[in-house]
Amino acid sequence: MSEVDLRTASSVDDALAILRDEPRMLVAGATDVYVAANFGTLEPRKLLDIWALDELREISVRDETLVIGALVTYTSLIRSAVIAERLPMLVEASQLVGGVQIQNRGTVGGNIANASPAGDSLPVFAAIDAVVVLRSVDGERRIPFGEFYTGYRKTVMRPDELIVAVEVAPVEGKQWFRKVGTRAAQAISKIVVAAVRAPAPRIAFGSVAPTVVRVPRTEKALSDGASIDDAARILGDEIAPIDDLRSSAEYRRRVSMNLLRRFWADTAA
Amino acid sequence: MKFVLNGQPTDIAAHPAARLIDVLREDLGLTGTKEGCGEGECGACTVLVDGEPVCSCIIPVAQVADTEVTTIEGLGGDHPLQHHFMNEVGAQCGICTPGMIMAALSLGPAPTLDEVKVALAGNLCRCTGYSAIYRAIMKWRGQPEAIA
Repeated sequence: MSEVDLRTASSVDDALAILRDEPRMLVAGATDVYVAANFGTLEPRKLLDIWALDELREISVRDETLVIGALVTYTSLIRSAVIAERLPMLVEASQLVGGVQIQNRGTVGGNIANASPAGDSLPVFAAIDAVVVLRSVDGERRIPFGEFYTGYRKTVMRPDELIVAVEVAPVEGKQWFRKVGTRAAQAISKIVVAAVRAPAPRIAFGSVAPTVVRVPRTEKALSDGASIDDAARILGDEIAPIDDLRSSAEYRRRVSMNLLRRFWADTAA
Repeated sequence: MKFVLNGQPTDIAAHPAARLIDVLREDLGLTGTKEGCGEGECGACTVLVDGEPVCSCIIPVAQVADTEVTTIEGLGGDHPLQHHFMNEVGAQCGICTPGMIMAALSLGPAPTLDEVKVALAGNLCRCTGYSAIYRAIMKWRGQPEAIA
């Protein structure tokens, strides 16, 4: 790693000042960045370590809005009474990320910024219309989750910005989460889904498109009273899975449709 | 850079981006920590940072400044869990063993077998089939009867 220039930020303001002056890849828990570094596929040579910024580790509720700091780890989510009460499906998602070692270091902000279509927490944030709070020396902007990703591994983040938090309005309705992988722990998902059963259902899939996606046509069919079989057919048309090393497009399409049926049956009143 | 290593205040001049495992093994001579996959999947390199298990192969050493790091050497070689691993033949080739033991140390006093499996879900063993490992841990925790 001697070719890597790693600077450590001492505060959020310090990090923002550094990012204003030069682009640096952010490193939080390093669970993705250092895998790439070990395999020689990490392109950026300038990194900024933000792990020490404890001000980004808070989970709080402000005016009914749940605010999850960017450096909150999966372990902290799993242990949080507030998350268990308000977002039980985020606890489920966190328990299926890697093993304990990864849960201890992987962060909410890191999962979002890494922008993998297979990120386990991303369908949760997509389904509940979370808002990503970005900060730079120029101030903050709030990006609706549905507008955060612009393509495969691409986001609206500017190089001088830092994710500082995710905001979540109260969620009405039953929450449901499933991850399908080769084993329960340590597997990157073949398909991951998070959904909320309400008069207007909200459903998000990971690993079936270049980014995490909501499925608005499927959601509308269900809210309009379509049968679950019709909704599943619409879903099959709506998603765009690919063949890759973890699964095939056909498997992903069929399992996604089955997961939709399972969600609907499990959350029936 | 200062941190506490196995109870001893330590001050090193390592490259901040160096992997924790390389600093432990190469700079500090603590070769008990093993590298398996190098991508945070297998848990062979598990050490404790402030009491929590982490994969030392994917942590920049700068991130352990001012923390307490515990490696397998910190157990002193005579830890009850190490004896249970030997007695139950919880180690065969031995590469996963230090990581298994470090991960198991975070378990509470009376874990269920499921809790043991969850705690070790990030640790892979290609020899034992896990049963002997779970047996060693359950005996260490005083509940041999809970083993399937």
